[in-house]
Amino acid sequence: MALLSLKNISVAYGKNVVLKNLNLDVEKGELVSLLGPSGCGKTTTLRLIGGFVEAKNGRFVFNGKDYTKIPVHKRNFGFVFQNYALFPHLTVFDNVAFGLKQRNIPKNEIKKRVMEILETVGLKDYADRSPRELSGGQKQRVALARALVIQPDLLLLDEPLSNLDAKLRVKMRLEIRKIQQEYNITAIYVTHDQEECFSISDRVAVMNNGVIEQLDTPQKIYNLPRTEFVANFVGFENFIELELEAKERGGGGFYKLKNGQRFKVTHFNGREYERYVKGAIRPEEIDILNEGGGKETNTLKGIIGISTFLGKHYQYVVETEVGRLLVNGSAHKRYEKGERVTLYFPEDKIVLV
Amino acid sequence: MDFTFIIDKLPVFALGAVMTIELTVLSIIFGSILGLIAALAKISKKKPLVYAASFYTWIIRGTPLLVQLYFIYYGLPKVGIELDPFPAAVIGMSICGGAYITEIIRAGIESIDKGQMEAARSLGMSYLQAMRRVIIPQALRRMLPPMGNEFIALLKDSSLVSTIAMVELMRTATQINAATFKSIEAFFAAGVFYLFLTTIFTVIFNRLEHKLSIN
Ligand SMILES: Nc1ncnc2c1ncn2[C@@H]1O[C@H](COP(=O)(O)OP(=O)(O)OP(=O)(O)O)[C@@H](O)[C@H]1O
Ligand SMILES: [Mg+2]
Repeated sequence: MALLSLKNISVAYGKNVVLKNLNLDVEKGELVSLLGPSGCGKTTTLRLIGGFVEAKNGRFVFNGKDYTKIPVHKRNFGFVFQNYALFPHLTVFDNVAFGLKQRNIPKNEIKKRVMEILETVGLKDYADRSPRELSGGQKQRVALARALVIQPDLLLLDEPLSNLDAKLRVKMRLEIRKIQQEYNITAIYVTHDQEECFSISDRVAVMNNGVIEQLDTPQKIYNLPRTEFVANFVGFENFIELELEAKERGGGGFYKLKNGQRFKVTHFNGREYERYVKGAIRPEEIDILNEGGGKETNTLKGIIGISTFLGKHYQYVVETEVGRLLVNGSAHKRYEKGERVTLYFPEDKIVLV
Repeated sequence: MDFTFIIDKLPVFALGAVMTIELTVLSIIFGSILGLIAALAKISKKKPLVYAASFYTWIIRGTPLLVQLYFIYYGLPKVGIELDPFPAAVIGMSICGGAYITEIIRAGIESIDKGQMEAARSLGMSYLQAMRRVIIPQALRRMLPPMGNEFIALLKDSSLVSTIAMVELMRTATQINAATFKSIEAFFAAGVFYLFLTTIFTVIFNRLEHKLSIN
């Protein structure tokens, strides 16, 4: 059984329903990220788990117990806030010791554990400083140490790195991941940075509009999105409407496009067959051939439109009979505007959504 | 001006001043307790508490202290509650000061980032513990300047209780005036004493502010 389960959770601010029948299961020791556009409800989900927001409907079960109504301070969850929320009137040491003092742990034991965790986050020499005298990255480490030292049953992080510069972000995310695995802590991590999210997570929950659209490993989210929203979010720019013509053994099929053209698609992301679907494909997976080249299936005729140079390649807007597509081509050859080409869509690169 | 007369009367004024200090300090203590409770009620999200506290500050801040004092000292006996001048004065000034202190404490607490409360709660503190150990210590620093102003205002307003038979600084001056008709000397001396007391308060508060800003 999962360590943490959100069961049909709904949350509303006044009339504004922010989470809609949300379900989420997290296993022990896992780091699960909540990823999604601004306003989709990531923070709200995290705050609900932390106990700062009340559910209108649904249940939150943790470790087999109903936590829905347990107050924040009895949950023993560590929280790392976006703005750190260190206590400015206390030293680094006292900030970290705060949760331990609250638990009536003997003084020398507190000292030992605080120094140990400060060592882990590389701040052993900063114990006597005031938070004011720390850089952003150091503050974030103190916040992390403060949340970890209480040996939380769950670690909740809300965009913990968003106030740091790009380089430090990469360094800190590796550290967070290392510590999380070292201590075998179950963690939920909110971010809207895709790379950060993929690099740090065991599983990713892509959220949209108050629901989780897909919960999967980073690889699956990236390669096999299950919905149009997720596909779009991870960079599938092209969506082509398809109608099922014939199933194939082994999980594939032939599909008809709006203009009568046929596409063969093999790469199923575990979907049931449906008559009307969309085929999603990344710009870099479409091949540009000279006009008339290629096979009969999985091709479309097109006319090159605007092109932009992206360093590794050119990106073209190509007009086709089924609409405008974005296609990347080699940086060595630039197609001219108005040139007629044939586009080839490899059957294993099309993802049905 | 007859300075020898003033020096002659110094012990009498000093007695009055001691009473003024007593009244002010007691009112500050009770007013702060009252203010803290009402402020916590106001920022709690419990409607009845919010309404009760808002009603209190609305009434008290909207009416003159003199009216409140008369109501307590002359009005309440009509319903069987008879108070001596001293308790009546302390009660009146505490209730009045408390209403203003409520707003000072509320503003101070609300000026502290919400994350502080949440961080403390997530580390195992109940709401009230977090208030006491995390929020209020930080809010105190911001509350100090307006609190100093309020204390000085209360000290000066304590002159109003001379009208309900409290013999404090102001009443001492009016009594001397009535007995000797040395109006200039009597009220000049009272003024000097008030100025002396408010200056002491100001200095104390400046010291406190300075000390807190260092820590
Ligand atoms: N305290 C609040 N009162 C009213 N509405 C709120 C409150 N907090 C959040 N919302 C609304 O709830 C929705 C979800 O907010 P939430 O903070 O969970 O988004 P998010 O996914 O964390 O976004 P971001 O990436 O911008 O942090 C938003 O539409 C927001 O306007
Ligand atoms: Mg957020």
